[in-house]
Amino acid sequence: MTDAADKTALLSEHTRHEIDHWVAKFPVGRQRSAVIAALRAVQHQNQGYLTAELMDAVAAYLDLPPVHVYEVASFYSMFETDPVGRIHISVCTNISCMLNGADKIVEHVEKRLGIKTGETTADGLVFLKCEEECLAACNNAPMMMVDHKYFENLTPEKVDEILDGLE
Amino acid sequence: MSDDLVNIEVNGVAMQARRGQMLIEVTDANEVYVPRFCYHEKLSIAANCRMCLVEVEKAPKPLPACATPVTEGMKVFTKSARAISAQKATMEFLLLNHPLDCPICDQGGECELQDLSLGYGSDISRYSERKRVVKDKNLGALVSTDMTRCIHCTRCVRFGEEIQGMPQLGTVGRGDRMQISTYIERSVDHELSGNIIDLCPVGALNNKPYRFSARAWEMTEHASVAAHDCVGSNLYFHVQNGRVKRVVPRSNEDVNESWLSDRDRFSCYAIEHEDRLLRPRIKVEGEWRDCEWSEALERASTLMQESIKSKGADSLGILASPSSTLEEASLLAKLADGLGTANIDHRLRMLDFRDQAADPQFPSLGRRIAQVETLKAVLVVGSRLRQEAPILAHRLRKAALLGASVSFLCPQRYEYLFPVTAYLDREGGSMTQQLSALVAAAAEVTGKPLPEKVHTAIAGVKFGDLHRSLVASLAEEGESAIFLGLQANRDAAWADLRALAGVLAQMTGASLGTLSEGANSAGASLAGVLPHRVAGGADRSKTGLNTVQMLQEPRSAYLLANLEPWADLVVAGAMEAFKAADSVVALAAYAGSDLLECADVLLPVGTVAETSGTFVNVEGRWQSFAGAARPLGESRPAWKVLRVLGNLLGLEGFDYDSSEQIRDELHGTLGAGEASSSYAGGHFPITAAEDHAVEVAMYAVDGMVRRSLPLQQTGEGRAEQSAARDSAVAG
Repeated sequence: MTDAADKTALLSEHTRHEIDHWVAKFPVGRQRSAVIAALRAVQHQNQGYLTAELMDAVAAYLDLPPVHVYEVASFYSMFETDPVGRIHISVCTNISCMLNGADKIVEHVEKRLGIKTGETTADGLVFLKCEEECLAACNNAPMMMVDHKYFENLTPEKVDEILDGLE
Repeated sequence: MSDDLVNIEVNGVAMQARRGQMLIEVTDANEVYVPRFCYHEKLSIAANCRMCLVEVEKAPKPLPACATPVTEGMKVFTKSARAISAQKATMEFLLLNHPLDCPICDQGGECELQDLSLGYGSDISRYSERKRVVKDKNLGALVSTDMTRCIHCTRCVRFGEEIQGMPQLGTVGRGDRMQISTYIERSVDHELSGNIIDLCPVGALNNKPYRFSARAWEMTEHASVAAHDCVGSNLYFHVQNGRVKRVVPRSNEDVNESWLSDRDRFSCYAIEHEDRLLRPRIKVEGEWRDCEWSEALERASTLMQESIKSKGADSLGILASPSSTLEEASLLAKLADGLGTANIDHRLRMLDFRDQAADPQFPSLGRRIAQVETLKAVLVVGSRLRQEAPILAHRLRKAALLGASVSFLCPQRYEYLFPVTAYLDREGGSMTQQLSALVAAAAEVTGKPLPEKVHTAIAGVKFGDLHRSLVASLAEEGESAIFLGLQANRDAAWADLRALAGVLAQMTGASLGTLSEGANSAGASLAGVLPHRVAGGADRSKTGLNTVQMLQEPRSAYLLANLEPWADLVVAGAMEAFKAADSVVALAAYAGSDLLECADVLLPVGTVAETSGTFVNVEGRWQSFAGAARPLGESRPAWKVLRVLGNLLGLEGFDYDSSEQIRDELHGTLGAGEASSSYAGGHFPITAAEDHAVEVAMYAVDGMVRRSLPLQQTGEGRAEQSAARDSAVAG
C-alpha cells in the first residue's frame, strides 16, 4: 500500500480530482476506461508531456499494471512521452487540408518558430507536432490546433497572428 | 441430439460442434489443419494475425477461423482457392518486415512462421522498401529477444495478462511503429515466464541460456519429469551428443497442461556446473584423492561395515533427498533393512515428527491436481505457493478467477496475482492460533461438536467475522479444500497445524491436502525411506531416528544421498555431526565445499537427466522416465551405485538389471489397492503453540537449482542471494 501511495504522491490535488471525475463515469472495476482522461490530466499538470514516473503514478492510482498505461500513452498522438514544449501546435496535413495548402502552412510555421516538425522552440514554449491526422475540420481547411483550440481557414498572415498571441 | 450441438460442414465433411465453439476448435478436433499464429487454445482469442482466414459460404469475405463461432448449417472451405489466396496474402504481409535470417535464428527448424511460409509464402518478395528494424529488449536472464522478428501475434502479451496475471509486456506504439515491449526496461520476473519462449511462434522470444548452442534438428527429444517440486511437471530434455541443451514442456492436461515453471525449465543449466563430481573420490589422511569406482565402493562398504561391527547397526544414519527417485529410495530402504538400521529419513527440512504415526501412506494433495481449478473454496495454510509449486499456484489462480474463495493463513502476506478473499497473517497470531480460531469458528458456524483433542488448543481463542466467513465459505456447497504448504510442513508446530487443519476439514467437509518437499516425497514415503515405516507403509517393529534425532544424537556413520548439508538440512549442527562422525559416505552429483569438508567417500551420481527412474507426485501419480543424457564424467545413475553397494555389503536382493525391475518390485509390495493418502487425525494433545517457519527460497530448493546460473540471475534469484548474504552478516 505504501508503495502505491509513494507513486501517486506525484499527482496533484487537481489531477486526482479530475481522474476521480472520470473514473466515476464508468462501472466499478472498469477504471481502465479512464486511462486516457487520466493521462490527459497528468500531461496538463506536467506542462505538456508525460514521464515514466507519472505514468506509473496513474497506474498506481487506478490500480492497473503500469504496462496498460504505457500502451495507451504510446498509442495516442495526443500524449507525449518525451520532454516537449508546453504549447502543442499541430497542423493538419491530411487530404483536405493538404489540397488546400497545408504544406505551405507547415512551412510557414516552421520558419516562424525556427524549428522543424517534431521539435520544440529554444525557449521551451512551443512544440510543433510531427504529423497530425485529420482533426475533422475539413470544411474549413486548412486548419491547425493550438493546444485544444481549433484555428481554421488558415493563411500565413493568420498563422502569424495566432503565433504572436501565444504566451 | 441436443440444442447445444450444431451441424456444420468443413470441406464437404459433416461435423458436429457445440454451439458457440470457434471454428478453429472444431477443425482442430477433427484434424483439419488451419494455419495460425496468434490463436492458442490456452489463451484468449485475439484474431490479429489473420493467418487462419477461411472461406465460409454466404460470407462476403474470408473469416478468421479462430474468431468465428459455428452456426447451424455453416459450410466452410479451408482449402478453397479463396481461402488459400487469403492465407497467402496474409503471409505476404507478415513477411514484409520479417527478416530473412533463419540461418542465424534459434527458432530456425522449429519455427511456425518458417514452416507455414514454405506452404503459403511467395518465393520472391514484391516489397522492395526498407524493412522495419526494432530494438531488442532486455527481459532478464531467461528470455532472449530479437524483436525485429516479431509478427505481433500478442501471445506473450496475453500470457502475461491471462496466465501469469501480471502483464509486463504490452503493445507499445501503433501502426508500423507498434512494438512488443515492457516500455521501461525491466526483466520479466514471474515463476512461469519462460513459457513465452514456447508461445512465440517466431524467433522473437527465445531461450537465453540455450542461445546459439544447438539446432533443433541436431537434438533428440527425451520425455522426462521435472525434479524440483511435488507436481512432477512433464517435460522433454533436448539432447545433443549426450548433453542436455534445453528443456521444454511436455503437455499433460492432468498435471502441468502445456506449461512449465522456470525452475523446471532452466535448472538443466546446472548439469555441467564446475562443482559436478566427475570421479569417485576418497579422503585419505585428510586429503582428497580421485580413485577407481571399485576402490571407492569397497571403501564405502568397509566404512559402513566397520561402524556397524564396532558400534552396532544403530550407529548408521541414512539421509536421502526427497528428490531421489523411487528406485533410489527403494534401494536405500532395502540397504537400511539389510544392515539392520531404522535410522533412515527423507524429511530433511522437517522439525516436528510428533504425529508421524498418523501420516498417510504418502503426503498427498488429497485430490487430483486438475481438480484444484474446480474448487469453490480453498484455504492455504503455511505456503508461499507460487514459489513452492508454481503449477499448483496457477491452477489455484484459475479457480480464483472462476469465482472460488481463496484464503491464505501464512506468517506473512505474499503477492498472489488473483483476488484473495482473506489473508490471516502473523498480526492475528501464530498459525496455530489462527487455525485454532478457525476451528472454534467452525464449531459455531456448523453447530458440530468439537473433538476433545482440540479443547486445550482452542481454550480462550478469540475469533471474529473474518474467521466465521472463511469457515462458512469452506462449509458451503461445492467442493472445498485445505492445503498445508511447505512452510507449515517445515514448521516446529507441524503436527499441531496438521491436526487442527484435519479437524477443520472434517467439520467443514473440505478435503485436506499437503504439499511435499522435492519431486518424490511421496515415492520416498512409499518406498520406506522413513524411520517408522517399511516399504508399503507398515510400521517398523522398532522406530528409528528421524532427521533431527540423527543429527542431534550424532551417529558414527552416515550415508547421504544427494543432499548438501549446508542447504538441504535445517537443523542446526548438521555439519558438526557429520564432521564428528567416523565416516560419511555421500552419493552426490555436486561436491560443494561442505561435502568436501565432512565426507570421507564421494560417489559421483547422475542428475535427474542422467538416470532412469520414477517420481511419485503429490497426487500419487507414478511417472517413470528414462535417462536422457550421458552421465557426466564417471558418474553413474544412483540406483546402479546403490545396487553395487548392496552387493558389496553382502545384502540379499540387490540383483537388478534395470530400474524398472526395482519399481515393479515395489509396486508389487504395495499391492493393487490405492495407497491411502488421507490423514485420519492424530492422537496427541494439540496446543496452539508459537510456531517457527523455515523459509527456503524458490531458487534454493536443491543442489541443481542452486547451481543454475540463469535462475540465480533472475530478480528472484538475486533477491535470494542478497537475503542470504544479509542473514550471513547478521548471523
